Amino acid sequence: MLRFIGLRLLQAIPVLFTVITATFFLIRQAPGGPFDAEKPVIPAVKRALEAKYNLDLPMWQQYTNYLGDLLRGDMGPSFKYPGWAVHDLIISGLPATAELAFYALMVAIVIGVLAGVSAALKPNTARDYVPMSLAMIGICMPTFLLGPLLVLIFGFWLDWLPISGWGDLPGDKILPSFTLGAAYAAYVARLTRGGMLEIMSQDYIRTARAKGLPEHIVVIKHALRGGLIPTIAFLGPAFAGLLAGSFVVETIFQIPGLGRFYVQAAFNRDYTMILGTTIFLSTLIIVFNLLSDLLATWMNPKLRHQMSHRSGGQS
Amino acid sequence: MVLDRIKFVALSCFIAAVLLIGGCSRGESNVSQGNREQVFHKSNNAEPQGLDPHVVTGVAEHHIVQALFEGLVSKNPHTLEIEPAVAESWALSEDGKVYTFKLRQNANWSNGDPVTAHDFAWSWWRALQPALGSQYVFMYFPIKNAERYFNQEVIDFDEVGIKALDDYTLRVELANPTPYFMQLLDHYSTFPVHRATIEKWGKPDESYTPWTRPENIVTNGPFVLDEWRLNKHLMVRKNDAYWGADQVRLQKIVFYPYESGPIVERMFRAGQLHYTYETFIDRLPWYRANKPDYVQVAPYAGTYLYRVNTTKPHLADKRVRKALAMTIDRQKMISTILNDLFTPAYAITPPGLLGYQPPKLFDYDPDAARALLAEAGYPNGEGFPETELQYNSSEQHRKIAIAVQQMWNKELNINIRLQNKDWKVYLDDEQTGNYDISRGGWIADYVDPNSFLDMWVSGSGLNRTRWANPRYDELVLQRAPEAKSREDRYAAFYAAETMIMQDMPFIPIYTYSSHHFKHPAVRGMPPNIMSYYNWRYVWLDPDWSDAKPQQQTALSGGI
Repeated sequence: MLRFIGLRLLQAIPVLFTVITATFFLIRQAPGGPFDAEKPVIPAVKRALEAKYNLDLPMWQQYTNYLGDLLRGDMGPSFKYPGWAVHDLIISGLPATAELAFYALMVAIVIGVLAGVSAALKPNTARDYVPMSLAMIGICMPTFLLGPLLVLIFGFWLDWLPISGWGDLPGDKILPSFTLGAAYAAYVARLTRGGMLEIMSQDYIRTARAKGLPEHIVVIKHALRGGLIPTIAFLGPAFAGLLAGSFVVETIFQIPGLGRFYVQAAFNRDYTMILGTTIFLSTLIIVFNLLSDLLATWMNPKLRHQMSHRSGGQS
Repeated sequence: MVLDRIKFVALSCFIAAVLLIGGCSRGESNVSQGNREQVFHKSNNAEPQGLDPHVVTGVAEHHIVQALFEGLVSKNPHTLEIEPAVAESWALSEDGKVYTFKLRQNANWSNGDPVTAHDFAWSWWRALQPALGSQYVFMYFPIKNAERYFNQEVIDFDEVGIKALDDYTLRVELANPTPYFMQLLDHYSTFPVHRATIEKWGKPDESYTPWTRPENIVTNGPFVLDEWRLNKHLMVRKNDAYWGADQVRLQKIVFYPYESGPIVERMFRAGQLHYTYETFIDRLPWYRANKPDYVQVAPYAGTYLYRVNTTKPHLADKRVRKALAMTIDRQKMISTILNDLFTPAYAITPPGLLGYQPPKLFDYDPDAARALLAEAGYPNGEGFPETELQYNSSEQHRKIAIAVQQMWNKELNINIRLQNKDWKVYLDDEQTGNYDISRGGWIADYVDPNSFLDMWVSGSGLNRTRWANPRYDELVLQRAPEAKSREDRYAAFYAAETMIMQDMPFIPIYTYSSHHFKHPAVRGMPPNIMSYYNWRYVWLDPDWSDAKPQQQTALSGGI
């Protein structure tokens, strides 16, 4: 098991290196620089600014300098917010984004698993069709539509919930969490239904029933464990996706998170910030993929068995 | 994890409770609480880049820096006339070149130090250090030898026309008489900074050191920095050490970095904001019909225009440029797609800049335009190459570009290709001349026609049309500054503007309006052409609701 984790972490190094290198050179190819503005900067001022950020050095030297700094844990100052180091900005935005992603994931799991299980238990009845059709709508409906719609209904018509903010007013985290979680809830529901349908026709479920176990014990103790494996495998990438993709929701609800920094950094040609957030999010994606693989292994006796007998790099 | 689980359980219960029972009290809104406690909530469109007056450049920063720092003079928000701030009086020499400022003796820094003439001399020296990278350094260039010192052609700062004669007397010598010089002293790039604080946290010419962090910063304005939470809010509170603290009625101002648009409009409607950076234009008709006293619209010293690349063969002919200008039905466009917010523009300077009136040399006239185009060799648009109209990504720019494209196609029978570009790409293409026609805009830095006219002199980084005329340069750079009276000066500007409008290297479209959502309780923010206000005068009237008892509820309920 340790070897499996170690190997996966080793594999992550070339992946991250490629991400850093590609990002470093690609953003510098984009037209316009970080100091371009409506009012052109006086040449002497521009030279001073470029010297401050070492932009006057040859490209390869900027690159090696950056890698060196990165190894020492220094991502440099942001171009757009020069008073702050990139890691300050990431740390300032991370709690809100992580919290939002976590709640959204919870929303996705609770709603998705309940809907998926209930659909799988009565396949091809109304209890299947209704939640699955809703799930389809959930997948299709973009967050930039769902968010304002929820705001309109719960914020203005019913006047139940705050329409923006994060941790300022009681209940202001509900609408953003729902908005972000809805699409993922839909995916989870479909994956759970699929997984459960397959499991429910297995021999060991028939055995469990034959033992005379009540249906809810069969479902909860025996079927869920296997039926949720596709869902679990999906959760790692989903959480990383939630973290990286919360930009729209953060904008709609004015949440001081990481997503807005990430997208604005690209518009601003904030080289260090783009690199910093990209590296950070890539690392997260790698880690969460690993975690969800570990979790799936732990839940699936077949895989667990394989792993303890001949460990290898299968993922 | 335990905490997360508890939070999750709590959240689920809360969601369930809300969905099942419905209706939970949201407490008092920011606005009504703020009205009572004099806390002003303002959306500011962007996270401030920084707070160093000599380094920052944006409008969002401007509003905050104005609360924190104060220059020699400020403006009256009603008349825009200059009035005393740190300087209590000043005198101008006969030849119009030497200003002597008397500083008030009760002006203090927030740590109790007195604000002296030496603070100004040192601050201005700092702003002129090339390594600091002050992008507004040109504000100092009217001062004798300032530009040469900045370019290191003069090494000794004593040769620059800035001298502290004693603690409370500052002498400023200009290169030429500069009638708008006093206006520049109300610009944040000329505000003083606290020397000891800056030197404590870094070199004087080092930008973005931690001296502006809430725990370090020392300021001299009506407010001090209270709290700065990235991407959430920036809060300032009243500065009790400020010389005019008796007049300051607001206790706190909260600046939110929210970008203008439908979201900010919703927040305003929900009573979370007193004042917004701008309105959301699509909602204006509703406000005009239902809540006219929640909107403040005023003409603004800014012009929306299309730059024309005069080096492109077919656009090099001024008859073509004129034909294009004459086939834009500005009034129709403004009333159909811009909610009547702006006024048509036929010159670069907006009307009413301290008495200056721009020339109007053309009007909407498709027939004359077609004749001009035929004269230029494109009868009925035949042979006119497909021309690209570029704009930076924005819904409003897109709408205007589509309207213009259709008007030109219909009236002149020419093909226009629209090109939507990311901001930095758009800027890069404009600066390198890689465009045919490009959207632009200009907002005055100070109240004077010069702010609109000196950008078109040859070699100006803002010109970007490759148009140049030595006669124009002479009028703007020599005749106007050396004019003996305001009439002579305006006459030179008028001649210059007439010249450029005859050549039309850019096509003026409309004069901007400033437009804000503004709660009726807000006092001391009158409309004016610069959308200028002085935090010293702003306050909130807690009794406003007695006069209009239904407003608040109707506002939060109406969609």
